[in-house]
Amino acid sequence: MALKTNVRFPQRGGMPEGDPNNSHDLLTQEELEKRGILLTSLDKLFRWGTGWSLWPLQFGLACCAIEMICTTQSRFDMSRFGYEVFRNSPRQADVMIVAGTITEKMRPAVELLYHQMPEPKWVIAMGSCAISGGPFVDSYSVVAGADKVVPVDVYVPGCPPRPEALIDGMLQLKAKLLHPERQQVVRDVK
Amino acid sequence: MQNLNVNSERYTLNMGPQHPSTHGVLRIVADFDGETCVSADPQIGYLHRGMEKLLESRTYVQGMPYTDRLDYLAGVNNNLPYALAVEKLLGVEIPERASLLRMLSCEIMRLASYMVGIGIYIMDLGAVSAVFYPYQQREYALEVMSALCGARMTQGYIRFGGVQADWNEQCDAALQKLLDEFPPFLEMYHKLVDENEIFLHRTKGVGVVTAEQAKAYGLTGANLRASGVSYDLRRDAPYCLYDRFKFKVPVQQAGDCHARYVQRMEECEVIYQLIKDIYAALKETEGGEIMGKVPKVLRVPAGEAYAQTENPKGIMGCMVASDGKTNPLRVHFRRPSFDNIAIYSELMPGHKMADLVTIIASFDIVLGEIDA
Ligand code: SF4
Repeated sequence: MALKTNVRFPQRGGMPEGDPNNSHDLLTQEELEKRGILLTSLDKLFRWGTGWSLWPLQFGLACCAIEMICTTQSRFDMSRFGYEVFRNSPRQADVMIVAGTITEKMRPAVELLYHQMPEPKWVIAMGSCAISGGPFVDSYSVVAGADKVVPVDVYVPGCPPRPEALIDGMLQLKAKLLHPERQQVVRDVK
Repeated sequence: MQNLNVNSERYTLNMGPQHPSTHGVLRIVADFDGETCVSADPQIGYLHRGMEKLLESRTYVQGMPYTDRLDYLAGVNNNLPYALAVEKLLGVEIPERASLLRMLSCEIMRLASYMVGIGIYIMDLGAVSAVFYPYQQREYALEVMSALCGARMTQGYIRFGGVQADWNEQCDAALQKLLDEFPPFLEMYHKLVDENEIFLHRTKGVGVVTAEQAKAYGLTGANLRASGVSYDLRRDAPYCLYDRFKFKVPVQQAGDCHARYVQRMEECEVIYQLIKDIYAALKETEGGEIMGKVPKVLRVPAGEAYAQTENPKGIMGCMVASDGKTNPLRVHFRRPSFDNIAIYSELMPGHKMADLVTIIASFDIVLGEIDA
């Protein structure tokens, strides 16, 4: 992108030269970046920052929650990626990991928690229960998937998914934040 | 209760279903007078998945994975009562090696479950660093299980008539790691927690359950033994091959939250010794059968059977009624956590708000089991 700015820089030794054809002393974005100056939109910067430090809501529903806790423990150590700040209050969280079966009795609470989270917010459906109801899909008391209640951004399959899978799910969410133009990513099953 | 403090206020406090210290989705509605609890009412059902009803529409074999999801901290331990009950109806003989493998995997998962129970308990009291060490040990235990059957948590390892897979070399290595790492951990953890001033203040004399109360409310497992009742199904009504092994059943007399912690820590040593003994016995049955003679399509003869086992949370029972078809007529589970929390409404009044958290944590409940 040839974004023209009227920033002028004194020529110093060692700095990369501008385009010799550029006779107006105006620098393109690439040239600015070469000089260590980054131009970005606030939105992009914000999404970049969020992508590296998502704060999940500490909210366990069933078996999958145990694997979610394991992910934060020392062996798998989600803090390597900056996602270890599990908040107990929805008001301080920006990603909700639906880890477990949503029952009809729990549905209003899940909905309320989602609405209590400040915008922008994202949802990860962890485990087959949160994806589609899983083994309990035909039960009289089970909601068949988190997407019946809240909008879901990333699905992590498994029953329960291994901690690595949840970390991958978080990284997928990061990719989604950094590349909003991508519509949908479906992984190949090899 | 009489309101002696004129300045205190009466109010109702709702804890849960989303609360970090309710171990999942338990909800407690409690009335307070100032800081003191006047009445407490545990509300359950937020994880009711209709498990027993679902089992009726599944074949026996399909039903097995569901039992893993009851007490999901110790999957195999839940398979066992269901398998034992159905096997009673089938009348199959379980090979020795299969029985030993069942016991070994159950003890390993019992250790893993205790690690979570203890770690989360101390964490709920505010010592967050104390949760990392037990979870490390739990990972070693889960490594053994995943080497044995390929799954970390919901294993479904036990089959009708035997077990799914035989012991292999990777299991040897993984188990050796667990056996090597565990004693130093236990010693270190005692040093870390036992003498802690805050821990002692928050647990000693809190939530005292007398032996009579414990028996009247049907408490089982470590919670019962912490109140001075020496009762352990593995010793008093042995199933599998537990009668072959000699082991100590620790008992505490105090019955308070501190006793429940001490009880679990002492039981860890017993479990550790038991794992070693069973492992040694398993080595002697090298090359033995791991599956009994069970038909491909299970048609269980009509009748009823009940089997119970000592699970990490208490006594787990399973009643199976069959009418001769491929799926059961009715399955019912006696879930220990469900019976253990019944005492809350009596135990909590009179305690301070923060003690409620201690009491919940000290019972080591799991919601999958309570709501089923
Ligand atoms: S997906 Fe499986 S492990 Fe996760 S909550 Fe559902 S039943 Fe439990």
